[in-house]
Parts: sequence; C-alpha cells; structure tokens
Amino acid sequence: MFRRSSIEIWVGAFVLMTLVALIFVAFKVSNFQGFQDKPTYQVSALFSNIGGLKVRAPVKISGVVVGRVDSISVDQKTYRAKVVMDIYKEYNKLSLDTSASILTSGLLGDQYIGLTPGADDEYLKNGDQIDIAQSALVLEELIGQFLTKLGDSGNKK
Amino acid sequence: MLNYFHSLLFTMGKVTLGVASSVGRGALFVASLVPALPYAFTRIDLLVKQVYFSGVLSLPIILTAGLFVGMVLSLQGYNVLVDYNSEEAVGTMTALSLLRELGPVVTALLFAGRAGSALTAEIGLMRSTEQTSALEMMAVDPLKFIFVPRLVGAIIALPMLSMMFIGMGIFGGYLVAVGWLGVDDGAFWSQMHAHVDWKDDVVNGMIKSVAFAVLVSIIALFQGQDAIPTSEGVSRATTRTVVHASLGVLGLDFVLTALMFN
Amino acid sequence: MTTETVIRIENLRFQRGDRVIFDDVTLDIPEGKITAIMGPSGTGKTTLLKLIAGQLVPDSGSVTVYDKNVHKLSRSQLYVLRSRMGMLFQSGALLTDLNVFENVAFPIREHTDLPEDLIELIVKLKLQAVGLRGALELMPSELSGGMSRRVALARAIALDPDMVFYDEPFVGQDPITMGILVSLIKKLNQSLKLTSVVVSHDVKEVLSIADFACVISEGRIVAQGTPEELLASDSEYVKQFLRGLPDGPVPFHYPATDYIEDLSC
Repeated sequence: MFRRSSIEIWVGAFVLMTLVALIFVAFKVSNFQGFQDKPTYQVSALFSNIGGLKVRAPVKISGVVVGRVDSISVDQKTYRAKVVMDIYKEYNKLSLDTSASILTSGLLGDQYIGLTPGADDEYLKNGDQIDIAQSALVLEELIGQFLTKLGDSGNKK
Repeated sequence: MLNYFHSLLFTMGKVTLGVASSVGRGALFVASLVPALPYAFTRIDLLVKQVYFSGVLSLPIILTAGLFVGMVLSLQGYNVLVDYNSEEAVGTMTALSLLRELGPVVTALLFAGRAGSALTAEIGLMRSTEQTSALEMMAVDPLKFIFVPRLVGAIIALPMLSMMFIGMGIFGGYLVAVGWLGVDDGAFWSQMHAHVDWKDDVVNGMIKSVAFAVLVSIIALFQGQDAIPTSEGVSRATTRTVVHASLGVLGLDFVLTALMFN
Repeated sequence: MTTETVIRIENLRFQRGDRVIFDDVTLDIPEGKITAIMGPSGTGKTTLLKLIAGQLVPDSGSVTVYDKNVHKLSRSQLYVLRSRMGMLFQSGALLTDLNVFENVAFPIREHTDLPEDLIELIVKLKLQAVGLRGALELMPSELSGGMSRRVALARAIALDPDMVFYDEPFVGQDPITMGILVSLIKKLNQSLKLTSVVVSHDVKEVLSIADFACVISEGRIVAQGTPEELLASDSEYVKQFLRGLPDGPVPFHYPATDYIEDLSC
C-alpha cells in the first residue's frame, strides 16, 4: 500500500504549495483585505472635467487613502461629471465645506481625488454632495492658455 | 467545373453534419455527466488519485513554464518602461499580465497538452480494451467511477496549478527585475501592491481558470469517450483534444475578458 | 431432463445501421449447464452476450433473465441483476492501473464492506482456483494473454455469481493454455453450480465441455441441441462449420463478378 499513501502525500504537498502561492498573491502582490470591504459611506461631487479619472481610483487626504471612486456618470441637470466616492467609515468627521480636486500622482501617473477638509462644524453624511470641486488639469487646455497668453504678451510689444 | 462545385457542396454538407452531430453527442455527454457530479465527493480516494494524475504530475512543467514566462515578461517590460523612466512599474506589469491573462491561459494550454491528452488516451484505451464494458458488467457505473472523478479532479487541479504558475511567474519577474536589472526592491513590491486589485485581478483570473478547467476536461473526456476504439482512433482523439481544447481556451478567454474587464 | 431455464431469448432482433445482426433469434439457456454459442467470426456472438447483459438494447423481442425482462429494468435494478453475472472478456479487460490482487478485489471492494483480511482471503481463494495465487503482485502488463484471462476469470467469480459468460475464451491461445481454460470452465461450472454461456468458434474445445450448443449464422440459429445431436446433424452448413471445411454453403469466395470475364479484360 506504499503507492497509495505516497499519492496522498504528494497531493497534500500540492495543496500546501497552492496555499503558499495564494497567500503570496493575496498579501504581497494584491491589496487583499479580507473578503468583506471596509464599511463606507458615499459622498458625491460634480466636476466640469474629470480628465483621466477612473472607477476605483483612490480618494486621498494629505496623500493617505481614505476611500475609492465608486462610479462616474454625467449629471443630467448640469451636464457635469458626477463622481460618487466611497469613503471609509473611520473618516466620518469630514467637515461640510470639504473641497475635492482631481490630482495626478507624478507627471504622467494615475489620477486620484484629493480632499481638503474645511472648518465647518457639521460633517458630511451618506449621500451628501461636496460643493467645492476643482477639475482635473488637462494638459491641452494648459498649453492652449499658455499659448494665448504668450500671444497676448507678444502683441503688447 | 460543375462537378467540382458539386463535390465541394457535398463536402461542406458532410462536414456540417459531422460537426453538428459531434456537438450533439457532446451535449448529451455533458447532460449525462452533470447529475452524476455529486458522486465525486463520495469517493475521495478516486478524487485524490485524479488530482495527483492531472495536478501533481503537471507540476514540473507548470512551475518551469511559470518561471520563464515571468522572467521574459519582466525583461521585455523593463526594456519598454525604462524609456519612460518608470521601470519600477515592471512588477505591476508582470503581475497584472500573469494574473489576468497569462496565468490562467498558459496554464490551461499546458494542461490541455499534458493532462488533457493523457485523459483522452486513458479513456480511449480503457474503451478499446473493454475495461469500461467490464466495469459495467461488474455493476460499476463508469460514469461515476471513471468520468466524474476525472472531471472534478481536473477542475480542482487546474486553478491550483494556475495559482502556482502565477506565483512562480512573479518570482521569476522579481529575479530578473531586481536581481539582474537593478530595479529597486521596495518600489517593485509597493508599486505592485498598490495597483493589483484582489477582486478585479486575482479573483477574476481564478474564475477564468475554473472556466478553462471545465472546458478542457470536458473536451478531453468527451474525446476519449467518442474515440473509435482502435490505436489509430485513440491517437486521433488525443490530437483533437489538444487542438479543440487550446482553441476553446483562447476563444473563451476573449469572451471572459470582454465580460470582466470592460 | 428437468432443468430450469434461466435465460430466455425470444424473437430477438437487433440491427446496427442497416446491417441486421440478429433476426428473430429464440433460445433458452438452462440453469447449471454449460451452453455453447458457436458461429463464424462476425456473426455477432459478442453482441448477443451484450444484449443478454443489457449493455445493448434490441430493436424488438425480449431477453428474460430469472423471469425479468432485462431491457425493461431500471438502471439500478439492472446493476443488481448484473452483480449476479460474471463476464470474461476476450481481452481479459483487467483494469490496467491495478495489480492482480486489486483487480480481483475490485468487485468485492465496490459491492461489499468486508474487512480487509476477509477480502484478502476471498481473493486468494479465487486466485488459487485459477492457479495464479503466486501472481498476486504482478501488474496486468506483465501477464501473458492466457494468464490475464485467468485473472479476469477469478475476478468474474469473485462475488460468486450465478451465471458466467465467456466471450471467446480460447482465441489466440496455445494448446496448453487452451487445455487449462477448458478444464477451468468445466471445473468452475461444476464446483460453483454456475450457469455458463461460452461464445466461441473453437468447435472441438467447446463441444468437449458443453452440455448444450447452438450454431448461429447470418443472424439466425441454424442448429441447436446436445453436442452429439449437432455432430450427427445432416445440415450442410453445420457440417461445414463443425468440421471446418473450406468450401460449402459458406462460399470460399467473396461475392465477385465472373472470374473468367474479370480476367479477360
């Protein structure tokens, strides 16, 4: 019966190796944080241009991730981009006058939303909207503005 | 000329009928397998044996292939990314390619060649040597004794192999990027960690792998069952398994990718 | 003779594609005797065994075993019936990934919950009966054709069935092995009170042990009776078959156009 037991040992080793690979991938490679996501609440903001912002992009305060972008759509009334964010429950004391802006990590990096808390006594609740929202910097527009200004200053001379 | 046209039409009709009837037989085969599936878990001994045959025995090829694929990905990625001064992203690129596509797909292709063909040949030979008939005569249902343990064993083994392939690939990528090309160790892992998502990338990749496992093992078992029980018939069926399973995996991969990452 | 009929085949008709294999076959197989079914190659003798065992379904007619219509049974009832049957396949059909011991133990393990030491005892008894107790550890690939048939025979009688079917047991065996198999079939039949059905075209060997025999040709039974009756038959076909004459009712030539005409072109 040597053969059978050696098969069982091999299959056992096989399972263990899979577990090692799985744990490696889960914790070292990916951002696995248990099967349940952290509890969140939703706030939204309207931007006139979101640039290259994507769903699941991070939401940061002072560079620390406090949530993720849940959905991006166009608001039918204002025709501006409506971005819904999931903010982790542990950051539930964001003042009502918090401002949101779309920033870029590095010159060509991914875009994310940066939140800057204000001074209001009341806090953002689930479903609230952030009023102060600054759009993404779009390179083409910047260059366009720069060129027009350059042209203006050239005319003055 | 008319004669030629005639025979072309005739051949086309014949091929169409052939394909239709084999699809029909395949569907009937799957339909007969499904109700017997729970029996796989009443015979753990058979299941363990099949995981051994299709899983453990495929391990050397999978681990070697994983290592090399990871190393190549890393090397190629580095050569492109270094132009943009973002060679730290090579880890992210390697991990994402492996998790989303190459891990499940390459493992499934190798599995079709290594384990799928062996399954077809084994079942074809069992039929040609009357072993399946003998089982029936001994009042043992070949469906429960031969087919179901092999199907479930393969479905368990392939995602596990694919997980190990991915792990090995990332390790290979790490060796090349950090050990050889001098990418910063910390940046390599932290970049990867920040950009690889558990649900989107890892779980979706594993779902793909399970789908491929079902496809490959059903094709392999069906070809074995459907083979003409002669040595020539079995060898043809083995070839068909590898061809059909490989094309099936690539086609299914496109469909699943379109569904998942769009 | 007051023997009971165990297997009754009535008006059996079976065809594969357009080819009629059996056309209106009626046959009674008595209990506890050796019945031989003979006929030239390609007459579907193996098919007949598969029809009796319910592996194939006839187009019309019926097969009754112990007063049960084989083809009307549910799958589980059929399996219960099959556990009373043993079949010796032409090739032996041993499970190639198990050794001799495990092959013989296989049906016992699958159908009973006997403890390991009892299984070992039964397996050794059965292997002793076929003279291969010394070959316990061998794998099927290490056995000669005759030996694997004997192991398969031990496996077929492992669960003490009531009937054993032999599918061409003598094909391709040397005279000594043939002699062993012939005496084994006879011995097992007597000691285990089996109902044996032997399908074969080795006339001399089969008739030496059969209590009852029939000859099949072109889908019909052309003669049946005791071996003595068959040998005394005055049917041209039976004479040709039993004596192995090259030409007779079964022509030497495959149907062809006129020979002279064919050559003079």
